[in-house]
Amino acid sequence: MTEKVKVRIDGEVIAATPGQTILEVARANDKYIPALCYMEGLSAVGACRLCMVEVAGVARLLPACTTPVQEGLAVNTSSPQLQSYRKIALELLFAERNHVCAVCVSSGHCELQSLAQEHGITYIRYPYNFPKLAVDTTHPRFVLDQNRCILCSRCVRTCDEIEGAHVWDVSGRGIQSRLVSELKRPWGEATTCTSCGKCVQACPTGAMAEKGWGVEEMTKRPAVVSRLTSMREGQ
Amino acid sequence: MNKVMIEHVSRIEGHAKITITLDDAGQVSDAQFHVTQIRGFEKFVEGRPYYEMPSITARICGICPVSHLLASSKACDAIMAVQVPEAARKLRELLHMAQFVQSHALSFFYLSAPDLLLGMDSDPAKRNVAGLLEKHPDLLREGIALRKFGQQVIERLAKERIHPSWTVPGGVNAEFDPDLREKTLAELPAAMAIVKRTIALWKKTLDSFPDEIESFSNFPTMYCGLVGPDGSLRLYDGNLRFIGADGSIVADQVKPADYATYIGEASLSDSYLKAPYFKPVGYDEGIYRVGPLARLNIADRCGTPAADEELAEYRQRLGRIVQSGFHYHYARLIEVVYALERMQELLDDPALLGTKVRAHADVNNLEGVGIIEAPRGTLIHHYKVNDDGAMTWANLIVATGHNNLAMGRGVLQVAKRFVDGNKIQEGALNRVSALIRAYDPCLSCSTHAVGVVPMVLQLRGSNGELLDELG
Ligand code: SF4
Ligand code: FES
Repeated sequence: MTEKVKVRIDGEVIAATPGQTILEVARANDKYIPALCYMEGLSAVGACRLCMVEVAGVARLLPACTTPVQEGLAVNTSSPQLQSYRKIALELLFAERNHVCAVCVSSGHCELQSLAQEHGITYIRYPYNFPKLAVDTTHPRFVLDQNRCILCSRCVRTCDEIEGAHVWDVSGRGIQSRLVSELKRPWGEATTCTSCGKCVQACPTGAMAEKGWGVEEMTKRPAVVSRLTSMREGQ
Repeated sequence: MNKVMIEHVSRIEGHAKITITLDDAGQVSDAQFHVTQIRGFEKFVEGRPYYEMPSITARICGICPVSHLLASSKACDAIMAVQVPEAARKLRELLHMAQFVQSHALSFFYLSAPDLLLGMDSDPAKRNVAGLLEKHPDLLREGIALRKFGQQVIERLAKERIHPSWTVPGGVNAEFDPDLREKTLAELPAAMAIVKRTIALWKKTLDSFPDEIESFSNFPTMYCGLVGPDGSLRLYDGNLRFIGADGSIVADQVKPADYATYIGEASLSDSYLKAPYFKPVGYDEGIYRVGPLARLNIADRCGTPAADEELAEYRQRLGRIVQSGFHYHYARLIEVVYALERMQELLDDPALLGTKVRAHADVNNLEGVGIIEAPRGTLIHHYKVNDDGAMTWANLIVATGHNNLAMGRGVLQVAKRFVDGNKIQEGALNRVSALIRAYDPCLSCSTHAVGVVPMVLQLRGSNGELLDELG
């Protein structure tokens, strides 16, 4: 049996397994830390910066999803400063693309939307970028709307790590980054795509959806994808 | 040359502006009604999946979202080439009837009743819903109850609010709860009693508006609307019929997909709203009207007993073809009777509770047209898509569009009668606004009665100097 390490989360002493991340330990002990790009069963990439936490003795904020625990680590999961940083991170996501909840298939079931509500975001303080982005309707069963993509890369990792097909990648840099299927081929022409639909289930917003659903009709089941990993690990 | 301008900004369809031009002798020489429409709409939807159109269009027009949902869903049905299951077809019509009740009740009781029952020349400070509450409290209460009934049925069908995803391409996304059917059936008689009392009152009041009847768009035009295979009134589904000013049928049973053979759209230089006209006759002779007045002129009968009885009396009083725009109000009330009777028929039909309510299909047609009769008139949604279902083109013709030319001419007629070149009388401004309200073009154009005068009437001299202003 591996040695346990003792960490403190919001003052509470918790025994954790070395190698676990702060986020994993927190979740296992019912401590809430918001997260968006993290998905159970996938590698963590620390892309969205929503899970930032304060660690005693460390001057900068650390992402809980990629920071492993150590003996004696003391973590603070919420403070006015963290709240305001998380709010900024969320608002920037809204400002970057064209998120129109009123006409979105995922409205009411969207992780971005519910995080915004949770953080009391009622308007965006930054000017909208209003990029002109395409909708890829070429796949017979699924649709990708870049307007709603937050580049969390959950679909990329799902397809690569779970399905093993690696259809998705993020191309470009910074604000020019775009999710692409198979070297920029339209999704419907991607020969590696097995049409399993796991990427759609993993996507936290309405960016990926099954075709044919109207506003508020698209519900996702990322847990089903996560379970695949734990089932395989259990084997 | 002097110009009288009535202008206001409307959130829904851009600006609405009325320009009345006076000649040097101070007499009205010309008048125009301009509405700007959402520009760039076609560009906005380009590339988006067609099945998102119902909710997108419903959000674009906040005034009659249900009408857009239905017309758009029908256009999508056509793209999928599916037959909507019977229960869904009936549920959609039920939703539509509820929308008629609430929309017509809003138009009559909230927006127009202050003018109609308090008098066009009554104190503007009191010519509003509050004034109405003072003078005709029972009538106003009944109007509110009637509108609420319509709204409640919409909520029962589409859940807590106007849930944009209930009406979907291929049908609806949830069946109807039998308990809610019982509830609605139980409330219907009270709603019907309200309309009947209101019509009786309106018939007694009609004679006090000889000038308005004579001058509110009282001129011959063609008329357009949907009818059933037997020529009866249809609001949810049917084929187009066009009649001439004398009532002769000039085109009948025109399938929605063929609308463009008969309807041309002229672009007016001073208005973003296109001016539809009857193509075989040409622009602008082919001016036609839509909406309650037009529908009752077009239909051979309503097809429900109480509405047909009212229609017979309406025709006996006013003639087979009624051309004064003032009678939009009367026609609207008869349509509420029809809508309530249709609701009864639909609710009595066991097929309404069927569990097959949605047909699924891919793109099977690259083009689809959906037409319904919205409360304000014929509403056309026409889409083109590529093989993957991405929108490549869209055209919407809304009721306000069809009536555009007629409203413009109507303003001229009213202005000639009521606008005096020297000074604007409040009564003149109000009559011009009341004419527009008779057509019920959109809420923003009609909010006068709830206390705001959204139009400004300006009288300008030949050098542009402001002579008088009212608003
Ligand atoms: S498509 Fe969805 S899952 Fe993929 S990167 Fe964009 S938001 Fe994330
Ligand atoms: S969840 Fe940790 S950075 Fe996104």
